[in-house]
Amino acid sequence: MSVALAPAHEGGVVEAILAARAAKEPLLVQGRGTKAGMLRPVQAARGLSTRNLTEISLYAPQELIISAGAGVSIPDLEAKLAEGGQGLIAEPPDLSALLGTEAGVQTLGGVVATNLSGPRRVAWGAMRDHVMGVRAVNGAGEVIRSGGRVLKNVTGLDLCKLLTGSYGTLAVITEVTLKVLPRAELTGSLLLPGLDAIRGVAALSSALGSPFGVSGAAWLPADAAERVPALAGRGAVALVRIEDFAKSVEYRLGRLAEGLAPFGAAALLNDEASGAAWRAIRDAVPLRAEPGDAVWRVSVRPSSGPATLATLESAGARGFLDWGGGLVWIAGPPALHERVTATALAGRGTWTLLRAPEPMRAAVDVVPPEAPALARITRRVKTAMDPAGILNPGRLYAGV
Amino acid sequence: MIAQPPPKADVIARRSEIVAGLQALLPASGVISEALRLKPYETDGLPAYRQIPLAVALPETTEQVAAVLAFCHKNGVRVIPRGAGTSLSGGALPMSDSVVVGLMRMNQILDIDYADRCATVQAGVTNIGITNAVAAEGFFYAPDPSSQLACMIGGNVGMNSGGAHCLKYGVTANNLLGLRIVTMQGEILDIGGQHLDAAGYDWLGLMTGSEGMLAMVTEVTVRILRAPEGQRAMLVAFDANETAGRAVDAIIGSGIIPVALEFMDRPAIHACEQFAHAGYPLDAEAMLIIEVEGSVAEQDDLLNRIAALCEPFHPLSLRVSQSVEESVAIWKGRKGAFGAVGRISPDYLCMDGTIPTGQLPFVLRRIGEMSDAYGLKVANIFHAGDGNLHPLIMFDANRPGSFEDAEKFGADILKLCVEVGGCLTGEHGVGVEKRELMTVQFTEIELNQQRRIKTAFDPDWLLNPSKVFPLVEPPQAADLPAAA
Repeated sequence: MSVALAPAHEGGVVEAILAARAAKEPLLVQGRGTKAGMLRPVQAARGLSTRNLTEISLYAPQELIISAGAGVSIPDLEAKLAEGGQGLIAEPPDLSALLGTEAGVQTLGGVVATNLSGPRRVAWGAMRDHVMGVRAVNGAGEVIRSGGRVLKNVTGLDLCKLLTGSYGTLAVITEVTLKVLPRAELTGSLLLPGLDAIRGVAALSSALGSPFGVSGAAWLPADAAERVPALAGRGAVALVRIEDFAKSVEYRLGRLAEGLAPFGAAALLNDEASGAAWRAIRDAVPLRAEPGDAVWRVSVRPSSGPATLATLESAGARGFLDWGGGLVWIAGPPALHERVTATALAGRGTWTLLRAPEPMRAAVDVVPPEAPALARITRRVKTAMDPAGILNPGRLYAGV
Repeated sequence: MIAQPPPKADVIARRSEIVAGLQALLPASGVISEALRLKPYETDGLPAYRQIPLAVALPETTEQVAAVLAFCHKNGVRVIPRGAGTSLSGGALPMSDSVVVGLMRMNQILDIDYADRCATVQAGVTNIGITNAVAAEGFFYAPDPSSQLACMIGGNVGMNSGGAHCLKYGVTANNLLGLRIVTMQGEILDIGGQHLDAAGYDWLGLMTGSEGMLAMVTEVTVRILRAPEGQRAMLVAFDANETAGRAVDAIIGSGIIPVALEFMDRPAIHACEQFAHAGYPLDAEAMLIIEVEGSVAEQDDLLNRIAALCEPFHPLSLRVSQSVEESVAIWKGRKGAFGAVGRISPDYLCMDGTIPTGQLPFVLRRIGEMSDAYGLKVANIFHAGDGNLHPLIMFDANRPGSFEDAEKFGADILKLCVEVGGCLTGEHGVGVEKRELMTVQFTEIELNQQRRIKTAFDPDWLLNPSKVFPLVEPPQAADLPAAA
């Protein structure tokens, strides 16, 4: 890469984009680059990093709002929020171990651009649900704001959601305003051992369909559970989480255990063990991915999770289930790609190729191809925001 | 009358041909073209603006919607999507050369899946209809706009509707899993499904709140939630707006997120009490309705905590509902607020801005000053947890200039909302009502960016044109690549 810029102000982002546009050269857009191994690699002569946009310009705990530069690291953001007794709602994972990159440095811009959400997604929404406002620079070098710093806003088209999860292909996000929530006083989990995937997901569905506000629901086969100390030694486990005021956690776990009695006796994980277990699940620690393996993240309706996993296990993959069974983490040889994508689509779900050897990532679809009419809209929207096609070309779709 | 782009003379000239074309595509009685029967479609929840459309089409299936849109596209006919016609911003206002495509015959519940906690319905199912369909199993659909008895889920998607309980449960966008949509070209597309999160661009998020400008929604898959064990409301009255505002800050700052946190000012309290007889405190300047959820013991615990948080602000009264009936009465006053104001004033305009909650006392003071200056009364209702402010401006349409004054007053309030860091609309949408104010919140560059996205979906600007954006020539289709 001949030019790699990391401006400290939005104006520098504008200049970098205008320069790339004038030179008709594509631009690799990233934060700290911890997710460069995800999806399709970008071939670009120039680089632009938002890592130095690190100002936290607003934190209003009473309004559940924080505005921060795209380059603020997630740990720094969480530290700031902890001062107000609050935290990020979507529990974004740190996938650095899986991706072989530096831990604890991923940026706000990175998790928003990739719409990465953790276990709490099943109850409280994805990153995209909490992005209340963005500032971004489009491919023409124009500063675009959407949303704002309030929790309810339907003024104009919602470009916050369009840009969240767009992998830097439409505009370079410079600042994000997030809705945040108070951290729960206490966390506790129920662990149900010895259930197969079908019974395990039935238990998770029962818990998620209860009135008790379950905020995490995962099923791990025995070998995956072994990789998490808090869960090891019990065979396959189904795990459900409650986060609330201490008294409520105690009451709700008790009622949940009664309701789940048909699935066997539940063990209780205290605040510490529960926290460790769900951090591991968030970061996909239970997934054993060998060097050279590919990793897929498949999203199906929860009741299709067990069959999806079983089909792929029989083909030689490993995996586990989060989001009540709906998120299927899969690792295995790259040759399984077609099998994984076909299985996901057969379950009427979707998939993302999260990690793969670079030649494979450059050669295959990394997300499901869109229907022709939708693909046409995709290309037109790309052009509407990045007319010269210089921002992360090909990162999501070949030619976009 | 609000300005509209010039009607297409050629379309109006071909009216009978276009009606016949639509009749060939739809079941008998699916096309309305007689003047008298078109009348109900001339306006929506913003009756100050009226326009009889060219015709109304009432399809029953997605395929029929696709056929109608393809036909209109081919003939260069503008299309106005319409749900129940409850838009408070004129989102369904027709144009004289337009075909209104109404969703009311698409009212089927297609699938309910309790294990996966989702339901798929046609877009013309009412908001409450979804909850009613799943209530027997203890489930509900969370967003609850005040018009929920009438408004349709397709319209909720178009406006990204909220409600009193969205502080906890989010707005429409946060409760959707999938859409079936029809483009202006008549293509049927599935967005999302029964699973969480798209790979690729978030079309579901972009469609939601796009006010019917990008594509027509015909089917919706929503998340359904299990209802809590119970809920209870409390009323807390204060001697000043400022004090009530500080109490709200104290509650949220403590880590408690009530399921609803509603604020009413003195005129709103009086109007609603007259209507609902809920025992609202008539001596108060401001009142909060706070609702919590959970078991009875959990409700007690939260309500006690909230009462303790309010104590330093010396509430005039603090009343915890003792029964389901009492909670219903408390909410009846709030949910009937618009009707209540309608009983004390011949006409009213319901505004819908959002402000940073900390700005509430300042904003209410300024609204009070404007009220004096315009000589028009105003009652304020506020979703205090999320900053969504509904000033109800009272006027008398029979008095010359009164409506114009009310409109100007409303515009001044919305400009103030933007000035203090908020926005023009929290849940009602821009529609025609606020489109000329968009330049207050957005730069021309930003508006053009949004217009180019509209053009990407609908290059000829046939689908709900003249809404949301100030009336100027849309960017030329030549700015975009030709459709492949």
